[in-house]
Formats: sequence, structure tokens, C-alpha cells
Amino acid sequence: MSEKNRSQRFQYDQNLVGRTRIGKIWKVVFLVSTIIGILALTTLLLNILNSTVGYVAYQGKIMASSLTIDGVPLQQQSRDQLLALLQANLSSGAYNKLNNEKAFQDRSRSDLHALVLERIVRYKVVGSWSLWDSLTQSSQIKNLVTSDFPDAELKFKSWLTPDFLASQQSSEAVTAGVRTAILGTLLTILITILFAFPVGVAAAIYLEEYARDTWFNRLVQTNINNLAGVPSIIYGILGLAIFIRAFQKLTSGVLFGMVDPASATGRTILSAGLTLGLLILPIIIINSQESIRAVPQALRKAGFGLGATKLQTIWAHVLPNALPGILTGTILAISRAIGETAPLVVVGASTAISFDPGIFSRFTTLPIQVYQWTARPQDEWRHLAAAAIVALLAIMLSLNAAAILLRNRFARKY
Amino acid sequence: MTDNDYILEAHDLNVFYGSFRAVAAVNLNILRNNITAIIGPSGCGKSTLLRSFNRMNELYTGTRTEGEVRFDGQNLYDKDVDPVEVRYRIGMVFQKANPFPKSIYENIAWGARIHGFKGNMDELVEFSLRQAALWDEVKDILKQSGLSLSGGQQQRLCIARAIAIQPEVILMDEPASALDPIATLKIEELMQDLKKKYTIVIVTHNMQQAARVSDFTAMMMLAGTESRSGTVIEFDATNRIFTRPSDKRTEDYVTGRFG
Amino acid sequence: MNEIQNTMEERPMYPTKASGLKNRRILGETLIRSLLFLAGIFSILTTLAIIYELGKEAWLFFRLPEVNLWQFLTGTSWQPHINEFGVLPLVTATLVTTFIAMLIAIPLGLATAVFLSEYATNRSRNTIKPVLEILAGIPTIVYGYFALTFITPLLRFIFGSDVVEIYNTGSAGIVMGILILPLIASISEDALNAVPRSLREAAYGLGATRLEVAIKTVIPAALSGIAAAIILGISRAIGETMIVAVAAGAGPNFTLNPFKGAETMTGHIVRISGGDLSYDSIDYNSIFAIGLLLFSFTLLLNIVSQRIVRRFREVYE
Repeated sequence: MSEKNRSQRFQYDQNLVGRTRIGKIWKVVFLVSTIIGILALTTLLLNILNSTVGYVAYQGKIMASSLTIDGVPLQQQSRDQLLALLQANLSSGAYNKLNNEKAFQDRSRSDLHALVLERIVRYKVVGSWSLWDSLTQSSQIKNLVTSDFPDAELKFKSWLTPDFLASQQSSEAVTAGVRTAILGTLLTILITILFAFPVGVAAAIYLEEYARDTWFNRLVQTNINNLAGVPSIIYGILGLAIFIRAFQKLTSGVLFGMVDPASATGRTILSAGLTLGLLILPIIIINSQESIRAVPQALRKAGFGLGATKLQTIWAHVLPNALPGILTGTILAISRAIGETAPLVVVGASTAISFDPGIFSRFTTLPIQVYQWTARPQDEWRHLAAAAIVALLAIMLSLNAAAILLRNRFARKY
Repeated sequence: MTDNDYILEAHDLNVFYGSFRAVAAVNLNILRNNITAIIGPSGCGKSTLLRSFNRMNELYTGTRTEGEVRFDGQNLYDKDVDPVEVRYRIGMVFQKANPFPKSIYENIAWGARIHGFKGNMDELVEFSLRQAALWDEVKDILKQSGLSLSGGQQQRLCIARAIAIQPEVILMDEPASALDPIATLKIEELMQDLKKKYTIVIVTHNMQQAARVSDFTAMMMLAGTESRSGTVIEFDATNRIFTRPSDKRTEDYVTGRFG
Repeated sequence: MNEIQNTMEERPMYPTKASGLKNRRILGETLIRSLLFLAGIFSILTTLAIIYELGKEAWLFFRLPEVNLWQFLTGTSWQPHINEFGVLPLVTATLVTTFIAMLIAIPLGLATAVFLSEYATNRSRNTIKPVLEILAGIPTIVYGYFALTFITPLLRFIFGSDVVEIYNTGSAGIVMGILILPLIASISEDALNAVPRSLREAAYGLGATRLEVAIKTVIPAALSGIAAAIILGISRAIGETMIVAVAAGAGPNFTLNPFKGAETMTGHIVRISGGDLSYDSIDYNSIFAIGLLLFSFTLLLNIVSQRIVRRFREVYE
């Protein structure tokens, strides 16, 4: 473009070409940076899936076929037959210990079957391979197993099976499952919700509807904001000191006469649930506050105008309007709590539980199960951990999806 | 008037927001070193038309411009014309003053630096502020934030900022609508000074201002009773628009019968 | 005036029976109000409990004859069995992992924020933001697994197995960076979006390219929000536990080498409390001392970040 009328006094070195080129380069840099995040997520998920499915070679200490009784193979034996096997093959000490943890008559047939597999047949994994390796080195794997482990079975299986979900914790990779962990998670979260939801919403109502702008209330608010940023492990330490040590009589169940004081510890599901409750309490409060704040003033004025008291207005008008937002935030907070590991490790999760947990029992949760399995050196535990991760992510994904659906459905109304 | 005196010419200009045609078939010629006002009732596309002169409309997705705008003979909407260069030559002052949250000095230096200014920055800053009739008021507080000035001063700062990169045209989108009468007067006096070196196109909803300040006036209105597109229905020397307009709609508007 | 007063006094405001109801209603309301108030200040109780417990046990720890506060803060060896309680190995490991994490999270997070705020179309923004939310929502134990089973082998492949140990702070740091990236990206993006459109228009109007508008106008205007995001990211990295517990290593090690294993403050707490722990043992008390240190760090960072956010809000008032 021609440049008439330009003052000669001030010179500009426009460099339009250079600037445009730099602009294009940086745009690519920004785009690539964004894509790296997406790539990281994809890699992570693929890595986990890669570990979840693949070839497994395993053989038992005793051949399962040698346990056939009267022509009935192990798979189809009755409770009594299985019980007889256990009695015959386990030492009396081991037998009694199992009976003490949970009486044999209370255990189901499939429980007993699992025990036989775990304690007598003792399948051991002699080799496991990832999906990628299984697909690309299939013949090499087959040759290796035939030459090194002639008695072993080689199967292409997914570690994530319905059996996996239904089986209890075990020290053998073949029979280990996440049932104990899932039940532990469910019970723990139940307690967390029962504790954190009412207290959190009540606190939010107080802060938004009743608290005047004094220095004290501002301090409370700042305090909540700070608590939300405290690392989760500190809550674990707090739980250790308070729920497990100081309140041991309460959390171990001794107070309720449910547990023998001699063997009681405070490291129960109750303690775990309360600790997680403390952890997500600030999040629930902050989120509920936002939802309550978003309720239009007009709604409150309408309530007062009809002669309702403050409490009646809150209960009948403000809360129902804020409820979708409160629920969405709570669901997301719960999803977060489900994935929390560090505070529960400090509070003291157990490694070996062979029974379904109750409120006052020792506990493990799904993420802790993942942690414990990941920490083991053998390959097969990595696969189990991966399968457990898939289960965990599936639970969290459904919760988050439910929360988003809830949010979208109610967002349209207002 | 020869063609060389037209610094900006719009030929059959249409601007669309999605499928909505905001500006329809505008033909308008802006004379160099004059003040041209675009007036009309609100909602008839005055700002959109103004912003098509420096390709500001395309910052927002979904806008489409058809037709030509010639600047010194060259079509601004040609494929190989960079909008960055267009805005370097055609500056803009906005309805609400928007100085950067930086010092007064930096506000003015910012644009100059981007375009590779190679001279004495202090000199440029003083020159721009003098041209914007702001120098005496701020010469001792150049390091203070631009946001600390009054509304009228901020707007003059924005004018100085635009001047600093030496544009040939200055577009003003209702520059005084947020200001008090005294600040408005200052801006209007400033415009009379500025037109000696620059060409000014101003959009205003204030008819009296247009009558006071401009040499030429374009009257914009909705194209018809059914239409929601705006078009220029009359363009002439200001005194003729306000005393003997050709179009009845113009006459209704300027006499206050409508609009 | 008197007539009006008299008539008003003659007419009772409420029938006597209803007065009883009114009193009961007020009583119920007061009760509920008190409950709400208690819930409201419950959080103060939590903070007091944290400070009390950490402080009390930490004090018990420092009161022990084997422990010396100065040695605690400056000693480079943590070996309880020979009475050495220097916390620096744990602190340096925390700093190394945090540093590596920020090296990844800050540039990538900021770049993502700039892309989403200044370049992306609505459609791409709506696809990318959920992905970032998913990244942020994955439990940290899963990230730990990823670090151990993918990143560490990768590092060993690139740099050699004799250079990179099986447990190393580098791989934990990298994965932590990926974890924190969405946090920095989303808070920074909020800060960038809060910059008013009129500022961008002014810059475009002066003939700036999109890059110049983003870097020279929007980012400087959003700077305090971005700073707050970064500080929050650092605080998050310092408090992160499971990734380092799984992948960084067990056992204090005073080293800056990211290819070697070392234990962070959080990793140490988790390891000690995961084992057999008797109350009032020196190990038990040391958890609280380290926890107090950790709590102080993160609290300080969070307060600083909140201050910055408050100052940031003033710019557009």
C-alpha cells in the first residue's frame, strides 16, 4: 500500500512479514502444547489397558484334577466336599485361623471354592505379558512357555473379569479380586456422605443466609478456603491422631460393645469414612455456598413477602432451587474422595483381609488396593493393579457423568 | 472533486452477522482531511459500517463482508491485504475509553513499539499528547496509570495513542457519548485541529454534534419498513443535510419528527 | 394520637392460643439456627485440631533429647536408628519433584490457557476443556502407576538403565507435572478470559497481531491471576503423595539427581505410617513434625495466592 501523507518526522520499521511469521509459529506452539495434554491422557489410558489384557501362564502346585472326589471335579464340588478338602489339606492352625476370621458355615460355596484354589491348588502365575507384547510376540511367548514351563496353562485373558470383581483379596495373583476393596470403598464413602453432606450444607446455609459481615465470619470463610487447599495427607495425619487414637473407643466399636477390646484398633472403616469426610467438607461447603448464592434474591423476597420466616423461606424456596447445584458438587466431591489414597494409608489400611468388611472392621479401599498391588515386584500384580484401575475409573467416570447430566438437566430450567 | 481526494470509498458494501445482513449495499466516499459524520437512529448499523473501514468486524466469528472498501485506491478486503496493516493506517477510537492498564507513557509507546518505532520515544509521546490536546495536563504525571485520568482525559489519551502510529484516517465510534458536555466540547475542538493532518470519520447519535463538527454527513437508516438492514440513504455536505435534505426520511430525522 | 394508641392496645395482636404456637416456632427456629451456626464453625474446629495435633506431637518430638531443632532444619541425613534427624533430604526431594513438575506444568499449562482463550474456536474449546477436566480428575494413584510402569521404563530406555534407577524422582516429577497441568491451565484461562474485551479491541485497533494482543496486552493484564495459578500448582505439587510414594523411592536420600530415588516429605509420612507404628514412638512423633513443616509450607503458599487474587480483582474495579 502506498504511503502518502506520512509524517517524515517519525520512522517505523514495520516488519509485517516477520511479525506474521512469528505469530504463526507461536500459534503452532500453543496448539501443540494443548495437544500434549490430550496425548498424555491417551497414553495413560492406553498404558493401563495394555496391562489389563494379555497372555497369562500359570500352573498350580497341585494339579486341580488331582482333587477330584468320587469323579466330581473341583469345579462342581459341593460345600461339604470343599470343606472336607480344606480340612484334609490345611494345617489345623491355618484352618482355625480362617474359621475365626469368618466361620466356615457362614461362607458361601464360591467362597470355599476360592479358598481351595488359593490355599491348596495354589495357582501361581509363571508369566504374564502385556496386550501389545501378546499381540506382537505371540509365537515367541508360546514357545517360551512350552519349553520353560511344560506343566503350565497359557491363556489369553483379561484380568478384568466378573470373577475379579467378585473375588476377595488374596495373596495369590490368580484368585485375587477387588470385592473386599469395592465393599470397603462403598462402606467408607457411605459414612463420608452421612457425615460431610449434612454438616457441609448446614454450614453453607449458615454462611450464606445468616452470617453477617463481621471479622469473625470472614475469618471462618478464609479458614474454609485454606482448608480446601491443605494436602490430603495432612487430613490423614489428623485422622490418625483424632479418630484412631483419641476416639479409639468410638471408632473401634468398643463403645458399642461390638468388638473385643483386646484386639480392637481404631483403624476401622468408620475412621476412614470420617477422615475422608473432613477432607471433602470444605469442598462441599464452598460449592454449596456458590449454589445458594446463585439463587436469585427475588425468590427470597417472595418468600418473606408471603409472611414466611427465614428458615421456612430457606427450606421451601432457597434450598430446592440450589439443590441441583449442591448435589452436582457433592457428587463430584464424592468422586474425588473415592480416588483418595494417601490419607487412608496413613489412617491404616490393611493388606490382608479375607472377609467382607463392616463398619468396625479393618478396611481396604479400591485405590489402596491398587497401591498395594503396584508396590509388589512381580509382573502379575501390575496387571491386577491395572484391572483394578479400570474398575476404579469406571466408577468415577459414571459418577462424574451423573453429576454432569444432573447439572445440564437442571441448568436448562433456570 | 477529483478521485484523488477520496481517501476511503465504500462500493456496494454489505456486512453480515451469520445470515443477518446488518449493512446493505452502502456506497460512500470519504474525502481527505475532512470530518465525515455518520448519523442515524440506533440499531441501523452505523458502528458496523464504521468498523468495516478498518476490518474490525472480522475479529468476531460469523461476520462476513461483501463488496469493496478502497483505501487510496486499493481494496482493503483483497486476499493479500493484511488487516494488521490496515489498522496501522486507519486508527480507531472507541465509544468507551479503553486505555491499557499501564502508565500514560506506556499507553502511547505501546503501539509505536509494536510497529517498530526507531526514533526518540519521548519525542513521540510528547508529540502525540500535544496533538491530542492532553500534554499540558499530563506532562508531569506520565508515569501514572492511564486509568487514573478522568473520562474525558482517558478518551484524549486514546486519541493520542492512535495518533502515535501516524495513521491517515481516524475512525471514531461515538467518542463523546460517555462524556460530560465540557469534555465533549474539548474533543470536538480537538477534532477540528486534527482534520488538518488526518481524515476523521465519526459515528454519532448526537445530531447537534454532527452539525457542529462535521463537513460531510451520511444519513443511515433501515433500508425499508420490512428490513432490518441499514443503508446510507443520503450523503451530502453537512449544512445541506441539515437545512435542505433531499430525502424525506432524512428531513424527518434531523427535524426530530422521527428518531 | 392517643386515640390511635388506645385502640391499638385494645386489640390483641394474636389470639392467646396462637401465641403459644408462635413461641414454639421461634424456639424451633432458634434451635435450628444454633445447629447451623455450629456447622458453620465446625471448620474452625478442624483447623484448630490440625494445628493442635501437629503442634503437640511435633513439640513432643522436638523435646526429645535425641532431637535438635536446628539439626532438624539443616541436617542432611535422616537416619533415625543412629539418631540423625535432618529433614533436608526429604525437603530437597520434595523440591526436586516440585521443580520438575512445574517445569512441565507451567509452560504447557500457560500455553494451553492462551490457546483456549485467544485462539480456539468455541467448538474446539468445548472438546478440549472436558479432556483437561478428566486429566485433573484421575486419581493420583493411577498417575503413580503410570509413572512406574511407563515413564520410568521410557526414561531408562532413553538415558540408559545404569543412569536411571528404577525408583527416581524425575519420573514422579514428570507425571506430577501432567497432573497439575490442567489446574494451571484452567485457572490461568479464567484469568485471561476475565480481561475485558475492550482491552483486546484497543490493541487490535492499533494494528497488533493476535500474538501481540495475547502476549503484550492480555497476559500482562491477567498476570496476578496467572501468578495465583502457578502458586497453587506449586502448593499442590508439594503436598502430592501417591505419585512419589509409588515411583520416587523409599528411603531418604540427599541428592539433586532426578534419576536417582529419594523420598519426599509426603512419601516418608506414608511409608512410616504404613508400617507398624506404636504411639509415642519417635517415628510416630516425627510424622507430626514433618507434617507440621508440610502444612506450614502449603498454608503459606495458599495465603500468598489468595492475596494475589484479591489484588488482581482490584485492577478492573
